[in-house]
Amino acid sequence: MARVSITVNGRKRAADVEPRLLLVHFLREHLNLTGAHVGCDTSQCGACTVLVDGRSAKSCTIFAVQADGAEVMTIEGLADGDRLHPLQEGFWEEHGLQCGYCTPGMIMSAVTLLRDNPAPTERQIREGLDGNLCRCTGYQHIVNAIQHAAASGEGS
Amino acid sequence: MAASPVLPKLVGQRVKRREDPRLIQGRGTYVDDVKIAGMQHLAFKRSDIAHGRIRSVDTSGAEAVDGVEAVFTGAQIAEFLGPMPIGTPFPSPDHRAVASDVVRYVGEPVAVVVARDRYAARDAADAISVEYDPLPAVVDPEKALTGEPAVLHADFPNNAAVGPLPSGTGASPKAVDDTAIDQAFAEADVVVSQRMVNHRLAPTSIEPRGVVAHYEPGKDAMTIWSSTQNPHILRTFIASLTGLGQDQVRAIAPEVGGGFGSKINIYGEEYVAAALSRRLGLPLKWVEDRSEAFLCTIHGRDIVAYVDLAARRDGTVLGLRMRLVADIGAYNMLLTAAIPTLTMTMASNVYAIPAIRATLTEVFTNKTPTDAYRGAGRPEAIYFVERAMDLLARELGMDPAEVRRRNFIRPDQFPFKTQTGAVYDSGDYAKALDRALEKAGWEQLKAERDAARAEGRLVGLGLSMYVEVCGVGPSSGLPTGGWEHSQVTVERDGRVSATTGASPHGQGNETTFAQMLADQLGIPMEHVRIHHGDTGVVKQGIGTFGSRSQAVGGAALHLAGGRVKAKMAKFAAALLEAHEGDLVFENGMIAVKGAPSSAKSFAEVAGYAYRPIKLPEGLEPGLSEEAFFEPSNNTYPFGCHIAMLEIDRDTGEPRLLRMVAVDDAGNLINPLIVEGQIHGGLAQGIGQALIEEVAYSDDGQPLTGSFMDYAIPRASDFPRFELESTVTPTPVNPLGAKGVGEAGTIGSTPCIVSAAVDALSGFGVRHVDMMLRPERLWRVIHGANGSPQGGQA
Repeated sequence: MARVSITVNGRKRAADVEPRLLLVHFLREHLNLTGAHVGCDTSQCGACTVLVDGRSAKSCTIFAVQADGAEVMTIEGLADGDRLHPLQEGFWEEHGLQCGYCTPGMIMSAVTLLRDNPAPTERQIREGLDGNLCRCTGYQHIVNAIQHAAASGEGS
Repeated sequence: MAASPVLPKLVGQRVKRREDPRLIQGRGTYVDDVKIAGMQHLAFKRSDIAHGRIRSVDTSGAEAVDGVEAVFTGAQIAEFLGPMPIGTPFPSPDHRAVASDVVRYVGEPVAVVVARDRYAARDAADAISVEYDPLPAVVDPEKALTGEPAVLHADFPNNAAVGPLPSGTGASPKAVDDTAIDQAFAEADVVVSQRMVNHRLAPTSIEPRGVVAHYEPGKDAMTIWSSTQNPHILRTFIASLTGLGQDQVRAIAPEVGGGFGSKINIYGEEYVAAALSRRLGLPLKWVEDRSEAFLCTIHGRDIVAYVDLAARRDGTVLGLRMRLVADIGAYNMLLTAAIPTLTMTMASNVYAIPAIRATLTEVFTNKTPTDAYRGAGRPEAIYFVERAMDLLARELGMDPAEVRRRNFIRPDQFPFKTQTGAVYDSGDYAKALDRALEKAGWEQLKAERDAARAEGRLVGLGLSMYVEVCGVGPSSGLPTGGWEHSQVTVERDGRVSATTGASPHGQGNETTFAQMLADQLGIPMEHVRIHHGDTGVVKQGIGTFGSRSQAVGGAALHLAGGRVKAKMAKFAAALLEAHEGDLVFENGMIAVKGAPSSAKSFAEVAGYAYRPIKLPEGLEPGLSEEAFFEPSNNTYPFGCHIAMLEIDRDTGEPRLLRMVAVDDAGNLINPLIVEGQIHGGLAQGIGQALIEEVAYSDDGQPLTGSFMDYAIPRASDFPRFELESTVTPTPVNPLGAKGVGEAGTIGSTPCIVSAAVDALSGFGVRHVDMMLRPERLWRVIHGANGSPQGGQA
């Protein structure tokens, strides 16, 4: 067992974990933060994407012990109280989700995408989503959702 | 009384989804989010060979792993769990949830572990040692029909699971008469023939499958959470196989992360979880890994067709022959055997073909079983027919739009019975074609293509027409029945709770159904809540598949809503001392027509119905009514898709430039959600044409076992889709809605392949099989051995 201390959504969380415990399982099983989903076992689908020290990262590809001392933000921590994040607003407005399973990861990836490039072209958005798979939407409404957030001018 | 705000009509509007706030904040509860105190985890040991006899299973290593509760081999499971049932009338070999003597595909379970957590369960499963006597793997379905290199099931000589089964030419299958089809071919000026493959796909919902089974000995009752499209069907089958009554089993479909047909099935893992929970008295969870999903969740498609199309020189089609060989994998699952029969059913597509002879043979091979994948038999039919129509257009030098138009079933011919026995409800195919040609700018596109070609670029255009069969009702079409159920309750405070048996997994029924009830009852949508996906709450239901939610489930909701409204009108009439026929329900009020000052609020009338001090004669208290809707026929949505595609001459890589889709799903409740459904379908149809393929090696090893090898499309693979709709209501339900979930997968695939063939027409190629991988296209351009120019593909 190894001791980890990780700040998750602004709260410091400490636990004794198996060294092989994946960050996504730490979040889901230990902290009951089930917004990050597991959709594959080869780091392709991106459903588990969270922010680690401000950058989007696939939490199935990181051991919890590697995140020791890090600041992690999950989808549960993105809204400001009752006020949705502009990307959450965008996904709702533009019907950017159907089954919703890829959505938390998709949104957390888009946070970094817009932080790096607040006014992306459609091509840049599409390429920026290469690490996230959606099987329901055909992506067009997801692109619209991110454009909606970018147009709000407070995308990050 | 103060005037109520005027409520807008919601049906037909682009209403934002009510499901979204929880899902965009990570507050949805999917099956892997369900936790129960004392819950243990399952992991399966699976076969790593395609075909072999189990010599021994050594579980001692697993039992030694810390945290392991129990280990069961297939033989042990067989002592208390019977063979897996199927949902079709076709003969089926013995199929166990966990194999005990012979394994027949890579991934077939041979043992199961119960352990404290998923890590320990996986460790233990890996520590099980299985010895096999390998048998030859049956991989090629056409060769398999000779009984070589092996026979999978002793009762099915030559591996023929079904058939040859005939269909077509108007007659019942019992009286096969080839006179008409033979005459059509004898009279034809031209015959085009082609062997085509509609290859194997993996449905790949982003949420893998999962199940939590919780048998409570004190209650003698089971609750089972599953990522399923149809909890009521799940309940029926789980009860039957675990020896419980349907009253003892509650099935819950929580948030379901996509299904695309793959979550219709009741899988071995679900039966095992239920049976072991009952046996051990423990709550048990199993969640599929993605690598397991590629092996153990059903695959789709995989049909070879030999198609011959006979026509006159003017493009009039006289007859169609279609011989199908479907590779169904190792076993029959719930609907496996029925799916390819839909390919025969839809062989006429949108055309008035006077003679059709279709025959189908289904074959067992050492692969994952196939079953319903979005479209389920119809994409195959439309692909085969539309590619043949394109071959005919090319043979005759006709525009692909014109050869199709010449053969359309005309609007005045509906209801139209095809030669394969389908009765199309309504249609206006020329309208969809014209709208698509206009939307795409067909003539201009042709000019652009020709200009690009003059520069040496390989650009092509493809066009396809489709009609599909949706609704999956009436009951004659399904062993479970083809109806749907709904109950609408006006609560004491005037708010409305409604249930639907249509259990969604992304379709947005909570929104569309609330729109409908709000309009029907004249109340705010915020006052309506839709309950689904729980047999403890939703009394009866069938489920969500075959694009049936709206056409059957929506119709049931509409009927139940009408019944509760009629009863409420009687209470209101008593309160208002008016005739019930003179009442209007609008803006949250019930009023006498033409006398708005008379109005009582919806809530006040509801309160009266639950405390009727003066109960109107002939009425019982309360406002809760239900309906079973049994459709009189399936529905037949249709449309026209157009693709423009460019192939890189140096690399063979295809790139989709334009994708235009005109779809007619009848009346639309929420166009925003309909667009989303079409986008998703297009993405899967384009995926099939361009980048998705389940592949096996010659010894039956899957070569596409992860997202590293099986390419589902990414955002950067697509141009912006260009959509439009025409509206031809169906007469078979009171909403006029036909269904839309599968349309995109059906129309898109053939037009993309036709566009690729058009792009390569300079190389003398008539047809290229999917998927259009760059290597395959490069060989057409550069010749099989890489020499410049080249022959046939």
